[in-house]
Amino acid sequence: MKVRFLSAGDRALVVEFGDRVDRALSKRVLRLDAVIRSNPPIGIVETVPTFRSLTVYYDPLLTSRAELQRLIGVLLDLEERPRPSARLWHVPACYEGEFAPDLEEVARLTGLTPGEVVALHSGTRFHIYMLGFLPGFPYMGDLPPQLALPRRADPRLRVPAGSISIATSLTAIYPYESPGGWHLIGATPIRMFDPERLEPALFSPGDAVAFQPIDPAAFASIRRAVENRNYEVESAPVAI
Amino acid sequence: MTPGLKVLASGLHTTVQDLGRIGYQNIGVPVSGALDNFGLRLANALAGNPQGMAALEILVSGPTLEIATDTARLALTGTGASLSIRGETPRIVAAGQSVTLRRGEIIQIALGPQSACCYLAVEGGIAVPRVLGSASTYVRAALGGLNGRALQRDDVVPLAITCASERAELRAPSPPVPADQSIRVVLGPQHKYFRKEALAALLDAEFRVSKDADRMGMRLDGPLLRHRRGWDIVSDAMATGSIQVPGSGQPIVLLADHQTTGGYPKIATVISADLPLLGRRRLGDSLRFISVELETAEELCRKVEREFTELVAALEPAPSDSGLDIGTLYGENLISGVTTGFE
Repeated sequence: MKVRFLSAGDRALVVEFGDRVDRALSKRVLRLDAVIRSNPPIGIVETVPTFRSLTVYYDPLLTSRAELQRLIGVLLDLEERPRPSARLWHVPACYEGEFAPDLEEVARLTGLTPGEVVALHSGTRFHIYMLGFLPGFPYMGDLPPQLALPRRADPRLRVPAGSISIATSLTAIYPYESPGGWHLIGATPIRMFDPERLEPALFSPGDAVAFQPIDPAAFASIRRAVENRNYEVESAPVAI
Repeated sequence: MTPGLKVLASGLHTTVQDLGRIGYQNIGVPVSGALDNFGLRLANALAGNPQGMAALEILVSGPTLEIATDTARLALTGTGASLSIRGETPRIVAAGQSVTLRRGEIIQIALGPQSACCYLAVEGGIAVPRVLGSASTYVRAALGGLNGRALQRDDVVPLAITCASERAELRAPSPPVPADQSIRVVLGPQHKYFRKEALAALLDAEFRVSKDADRMGMRLDGPLLRHRRGWDIVSDAMATGSIQVPGSGQPIVLLADHQTTGGYPKIATVISADLPLLGRRRLGDSLRFISVELETAEELCRKVEREFTELVAALEPAPSDSGLDIGTLYGENLISGVTTGFE
């Protein structure tokens, strides 16, 4: 259970479990996060779990790195720890036409048919390693190895909100229109981030996601329901 | 019409900011908030507000605002900045003191040559809704502030009260300007990804603020910082002040609106006591870094906080008509000598 403690200035302590995208590492990161959140030591401002580390932001007026490192060391050694809770989300995804501008190219690059790409993507249950880049942007993995591709050589200036994308071993959904370099193989009509909601981001780190193919007509009707705040994404509790 | 401050000209980038949106970085929401939090807090203290209230952050060039409420008490902070007031009694009020203005008066905010940012607080605060606990504007996701964006002409910045309280104006004593303006950093978290020469260059060379600077970050011109172990790391979380170095070798200092996570190594991180200095640097300004130990950085954070508390405790009543007559000001060439802003 060896971890590395690294300072990112005098307000952030990085607890690093490793340097890979790896489910076992992610599990340890999310566990420590859950322990800290269940009973935050004095001076901790917030925590951010990532693929392989937990960054603990703190207030040096109230605590210090030395004190936090000692406390976190104790928390890491505890045997009885709260298990983080998580949900499995069933996300409607349209993999057709204008919603999937890069599907043909991905098929060509991977040597698969578009149908095989969709079957592989929608047949995988993904783990949400972390949220970042934009509010509510989930980094999910792992893709079946047949779908692994580097990022696009020429990033797009505008990726539409709701785009479902793949790159390296990961898949993601763009919550907002933004520049982006991943391959766009589909789109979802659901709203990923809404500051008016009690939980503004739909997903939390540690949740699971499965995509359910829908046709453009279903996309349009779900989109209308979402706009009327009359749609709830199907989900169920799961273990991380 | 809504009572408030009517925007006649917006300035380059004027936004509503407070001390930031705390507790949502885990879902990808940047902290945002004032680039110079001491400037914001002092402006609020002068206006008679709690220090963390929302105020206007003014970058590079200032707005022109008309008082569209009965009376409003304003306080501007920022080294060398000033309010010029048009109306029945034209006058200039230097940054670092409060002033009460009447309906119809027009203020133009000018920044001095020493600082790229200043803060305008209004007694009672700015009446915009808090989004995720903060009024700070984050333009990329249209969160907070006035409709999630920078001020535009014809906006009205809504104010919480329509009439200033009856009391003396306050001013801040001029603090000494430190001679050495080097910016202190703590090495890491990924300094081991860099060659020895890159670490030496970071601490020995002079850098300049490039034209690619905004509230997310400041790209620096200067020597390229070369990596030793590749520049693509598995993404991790980022801290304000961290100096990330992409493949080009050109460093970027992360500021208040930075993304929560990123995949480039961070060679060093500016200590929190010196973050306000970064926000004040202008295009082309030079920058030198010196490294301190982490324990020193934590102690400096406590020290500047103590000094700031003392400064706020030492706010003093301003003379009843402390506005300078414009003729006198030019006649005595006082403009460059006015340094009542907090430094």
